[in-house]
Amino acid sequence: MVRACLIILTLTGPAFLAAAADSTASLIETIRKVSDKGQGHKAAVAAASQLSQSPPAELPSLLKAMNDAGPLARNWLRGAFETVAARSVNDSAFPKAELIAFFNDHGNNPAIRRLAFEWIAKADPAFAGKTIPESLADPSSEMRRDAVAHFIALAKDLAAKDDKDAARTAWEKALSGASDDDQLKLISKTLKETYDQEVNLIQHNGLIVDWRLIGPFDNKGKKGFDVAYPPEKEVDFSKTYPAEFEGMTNELKWTKLTGENPEGLFDIAKLTAPHKGAITYAAHEFLSDRDQPVEFRFATPNAWKLWLNGELLFGREEYHRGMFYDMYQVRGRLKTGKNLILLKVLQNEQKEDWAQAWTFQFRACDLAGRALRPAGNTASLDSSTK
Amino acid sequence: MLLRYATCLSIAIAGSMATAEWRGFRGTESTAVATTPAPTSWSDTENIAWKADLPGRGLSSPIIVGDRVFLTASSGGRQDRLHVLCFDDSKGNLLWERQFWATGRTIAHPTTCNAAPTPVSDGQRIYAFYSSNDLVCLDLDGNLQWFRGLTHDYPNASNSLGMSSSLIVAHGVVIAMVENDTDSLTTGIDSLTGEELWKLNRPRKANWTSPVHWKGNTPEDDLVLIQSSAGVVAIAPRTGETKWSFDDGASTVPSLVVADGVAYVPSHGITAIKPGESTPNVAEIVWQEGGLNPGTSSLVVHKDKVYLISDAGVLSCADAKTGKREYQSRLPKGHCSGSPVISGDHLYVFNEEGNGIVVDLTNKGKVVHQHSFGQSILCTAAISEGALYVRSDKTLWKIAAK
Repeated sequence: MVRACLIILTLTGPAFLAAAADSTASLIETIRKVSDKGQGHKAAVAAASQLSQSPPAELPSLLKAMNDAGPLARNWLRGAFETVAARSVNDSAFPKAELIAFFNDHGNNPAIRRLAFEWIAKADPAFAGKTIPESLADPSSEMRRDAVAHFIALAKDLAAKDDKDAARTAWEKALSGASDDDQLKLISKTLKETYDQEVNLIQHNGLIVDWRLIGPFDNKGKKGFDVAYPPEKEVDFSKTYPAEFEGMTNELKWTKLTGENPEGLFDIAKLTAPHKGAITYAAHEFLSDRDQPVEFRFATPNAWKLWLNGELLFGREEYHRGMFYDMYQVRGRLKTGKNLILLKVLQNEQKEDWAQAWTFQFRACDLAGRALRPAGNTASLDSSTK
Repeated sequence: MLLRYATCLSIAIAGSMATAEWRGFRGTESTAVATTPAPTSWSDTENIAWKADLPGRGLSSPIIVGDRVFLTASSGGRQDRLHVLCFDDSKGNLLWERQFWATGRTIAHPTTCNAAPTPVSDGQRIYAFYSSNDLVCLDLDGNLQWFRGLTHDYPNASNSLGMSSSLIVAHGVVIAMVENDTDSLTTGIDSLTGEELWKLNRPRKANWTSPVHWKGNTPEDDLVLIQSSAGVVAIAPRTGETKWSFDDGASTVPSLVVADGVAYVPSHGITAIKPGESTPNVAEIVWQEGGLNPGTSSLVVHKDKVYLISDAGVLSCADAKTGKREYQSRLPKGHCSGSPVISGDHLYVFNEEGNGIVVDLTNKGKVVHQHSFGQSILCTAAISEGALYVRSDKTLWKIAAK
């Protein structure tokens, strides 16, 4: 009887395993179909329940499935992944080696690599201790953040031991990986105060501070958000347009201005005039050495619309609800050569002191949040200090 | 027949459990009043059943379902990591944790964070909501049921200062308020599948209030009250249909409370309303008192008294029948972002200075106890089975007599 079972298992084993693999693949495919407003959910609810019962050997498949899934399906798959991983992380069946291989492949999605890293670290805490200090240039912003935190802690420790030179080296290493505002501010403040070393945050962060401006256009009663003034139809820096604001009779023309704020704030009210109920368009030509994805990260307390090469990327009609570093992240695609960035910045007519800001801060990044240098700018992160 | 009996039995058991549970923001029925008395004093060592470290920040309240405590948190440099945590109520051990990636915008004023809304439970599942408008449904053992990204669906539905409206679940519908200056909406979502059942376009003004249960004469008549700058609408949870409304404006920060068929609304001070008798779709004003001005904290009604806390830290008590102020009591220093809850004859509130304050409601609001854990607290406490639960950005405490 046992022999008969063995024969059946031997004959059907590969087919059984293939069926199981197909089953996981089809469950994943069902989940990948979830879409807006709950579309595809009925089937996905059942699929997620089954996937959560998967053996730990399926964890690498779930990671790979998350790699190129959309943001919604990725979270569904993460739910199943974490349920399986939590059940098995302390077992010998936990596929640590496969997860390490996934993590080590920088071609995988940075966020999913980070997820793999955290579960590896739960199974093997020494792995985290070894990996984090080596992650200053990792594509994952979270890996870099941890690496920067490691070198900040090291620098503080060395400073406490009065080893100023080694501490300075650690601070500079931390700077080389830093892209988060809080870490950058701490590092630049310490380098300035302790070593009289200035950090050029504009250079380091890839902030764009030279813009051509045209305005003001009318936004009384907040009516201008959907009005397509001339710059939305064409951007020709040589052209002029009749003023359409508070009875002004002059002609509007593009004016090149450079912000001087060390943190890259481009203060329209200060650089032009503190108009209320007004719109200014800001244009910048970004030179890209290749066709590549870009993430524009910017902040403004004003309403705005953003175009790249004539394509509207996004717009938001919200006034004076705060301004925070990198508060907006909008993705687009740069072509080789000149790329026209056009930003419409709208000011309303609120009278409170805190509602007078008419300003923005804007940078171009890769998809991991690292500064994207325009073609011809060969400055490295290391040269952002002097 | 057997199945139907089993279902009824399970609902009956769930119902009896629910009386002692605390399943959402300001309790299972959003009244902020507990059925069981909690300790009236504690210290760092006295009456602390347990405390647990948290992996991230949060203003959300703990909720208690059965023998488990559920809590949300958010972490990461951009607060884009969403945590759902489940603790064993008796010991405070972490039973499970699940994490997700935010799909909506996570930036908020530094005082608040992504884990501002309080989760809710129907006794079978947990629905966790975040300022990024991500909505997670898990069963009580942490198995993902479904995930929604409401900002993914409605890309301009967000508030740069941060959102905080908590969820409510009624008649199998999870109701999420996503009310803001741009794409402002409230939506009803099927609790089993996460599918959108209905969506209301709402006033374009940032709104941090939370929906509140309105108990009908029969379960079919149950409604949910939605407060905004425009006023209050009473909607049917299955359809989103407006049954009656109050259109004279209301606050967008503290939430209304319902007691004995009257809604006490932060509007022109406080306005007490109920469905109109001659015109049932228009609310009737019972009384309006412009001198009662709640700050950030929401209202609570207990034993025919309405209680509110001003931004200056003054507790006011007024007659719930007339609105006449009966007394005021100055609370210890610290802004109350969290809302008061009541247990027995005591009112509990925690402030941003970290002070937990106990007020004797039988003695003109006398402060009978205060204690600071040394960490700023912005959440509203939960009360279940004689225990008080409160959290900071770092710690969850269970306060209970040993």
